[in-house]
Amino acid sequence: MGAEFVQFSLTPILIGVLAAISCALPGNFLILRRQALVGDAISHVVLPGIVVAFLLTGVVATVPMLLGAGGAAVVAVILIEAVRRLGRIEPGAAMGVVFTTMFAGGVLLLEQSDTSRVHLDVEHALMGNLESLIWFRADGWGSLLDPVALADLPEELGRIAVVCLMMVVLTCVFWRWLKIATFDEGFARSLGIPAAAVGFGLVVAAAVAAVAAFDAVGSIIVIAMFICPPAAARLMTNRLGVQVAWSVVFATLSAVLGYVLAGYGPLWLGFGNAVSAAGMIATVSGVILGLACMFGPHRSRIGQPRGAGA
Amino acid sequence: MTATAPIRGEAPALVARDGQAPRPDSVPIDAPLALRGVTVSYGDRPAVFSVDATFPSRAMAAIVGPNGAGKSTLLKAALGVIPRLSGEVHVYGQPIDQARARIAYVPQRASVDWDFPTTALDVVRMGLYRRVGLFGRMSGAMTDRARACLDRVGMADFGNRQIGQLSGGQQQRVFLARALAQDADLYLLDEPFAGVDAATERAMIDVLHGLKASGKAVVAVHHDLATVRDYFDHVFLINVRRIAEGPVASTFTAANLQATYGGRLAATHLDTLDLATAAP
Repeated sequence: MGAEFVQFSLTPILIGVLAAISCALPGNFLILRRQALVGDAISHVVLPGIVVAFLLTGVVATVPMLLGAGGAAVVAVILIEAVRRLGRIEPGAAMGVVFTTMFAGGVLLLEQSDTSRVHLDVEHALMGNLESLIWFRADGWGSLLDPVALADLPEELGRIAVVCLMMVVLTCVFWRWLKIATFDEGFARSLGIPAAAVGFGLVVAAAVAAVAAFDAVGSIIVIAMFICPPAAARLMTNRLGVQVAWSVVFATLSAVLGYVLAGYGPLWLGFGNAVSAAGMIATVSGVILGLACMFGPHRSRIGQPRGAGA
Repeated sequence: MTATAPIRGEAPALVARDGQAPRPDSVPIDAPLALRGVTVSYGDRPAVFSVDATFPSRAMAAIVGPNGAGKSTLLKAALGVIPRLSGEVHVYGQPIDQARARIAYVPQRASVDWDFPTTALDVVRMGLYRRVGLFGRMSGAMTDRARACLDRVGMADFGNRQIGQLSGGQQQRVFLARALAQDADLYLLDEPFAGVDAATERAMIDVLHGLKASGKAVVAVHHDLATVRDYFDHVFLINVRRIAEGPVASTFTAANLQATYGGRLAATHLDTLDLATAAP
């Protein structure tokens, strides 16, 4: 656990943890607002946006990717509305059709384009490239104090660290607005709180987290990070603050355990090769959710179902 | 109550008919809630059409009408909870956006998800969010006040309960306690007695009458015609358009109810109600 760990495992684990936390924080509120599907939708829609941004600029950089993802989200909203009105079908079906179609379009676009120079292909879109985000210059823990080695840290780490910090700050700053607008939107509006803007801001924040985490865990598995840690956390407590804290713990645990199990688990079981870290992280988060369902202290739903207002 | 101008003409039904009739420019300064030409539409169908209303101070007022008549819609549109297509809302003579600190609101209990991870006391503290803003500290004194509000609705022992573990009546009491914590002058309630037990209804009425006695105004969407006369001083009858408004004693008449409910109110039902005699 020395030089080799720092060089090959430290940065992927850190990136995995930061990506998981970035997604879990907005995920808490998406779940409580019954908008878990929005996380799913975003994780699909960002792919064609990222691919188009790459085709136009030729580089994989944060700002073009975010703009591309944002543009794709706008296109998605327009298409959903069009399908809903022209096809006269319910919104859920319209969403499902548009998101899967756009994702499939993104996959086809990716296959047809020359992306061999960069880490942007179908496999990475699905599963990320966590294992390759290694720190070449590192030769031990001492490298953490060596400016030359630090300058060589994978740029993805800085990117996801900034986004993670942003999520933490936004969650803290807008805590009361998020809480009241999620629990009782009508009351929030009566106080003059811009509840619609809070809801929109939450979706935008989730999209930013999804784009940032795309590098590390791939667009599909982002959905697990949005939903599993917060859903498991909800079963541990009846306090919102405690729930968010648990979701961070579960996100961290999923990332660390998932990465270690993917790297070493198969070897322990006598198989030859490591498995996908992103896949294992998502699997671990699912297992944690399963355990929380079975053993969590607040797993029974006592409240009445949401009724329809007059 | 002195108004600065007569609020409406001789024939209110005609005023409401086309929405084009001239409206008085001034609104009464002392009216806790005054609506002028409020129209709300869901899709292309108006849910509330060109409604004028003036609710009196130091009084309990009921908004009454059949299902789908726009009672809750009118209240939500007045508050800006749902968008108005047109119309103005004044609170104590000020545009509502400048007077939000003077308003407390109790939404329909069914409009929120009671599985939300929070406690009864914390819900009551939400009534103080406007005061503390995003960053203000929720002081011990504020929490004490939230506890006192829970106590006023008989829920002092339930502060630490997760809200989903409360009965329907208890949940409604928590909502009322949150409105009390807002320490407002005007209390707007949406179907406060829907689905609550008799003891809760009695306790809530006592609290609301206490508010009236201390000079506050209460406006409630109400669906139980049998209790209008017992609970309220003022009634506003609506069926998309305004049908009638005024003191219960003179406005809550069989003729006005027939006009509001149309054929949906059986004559036998009317007979059982404690109605005002025909208006003078």
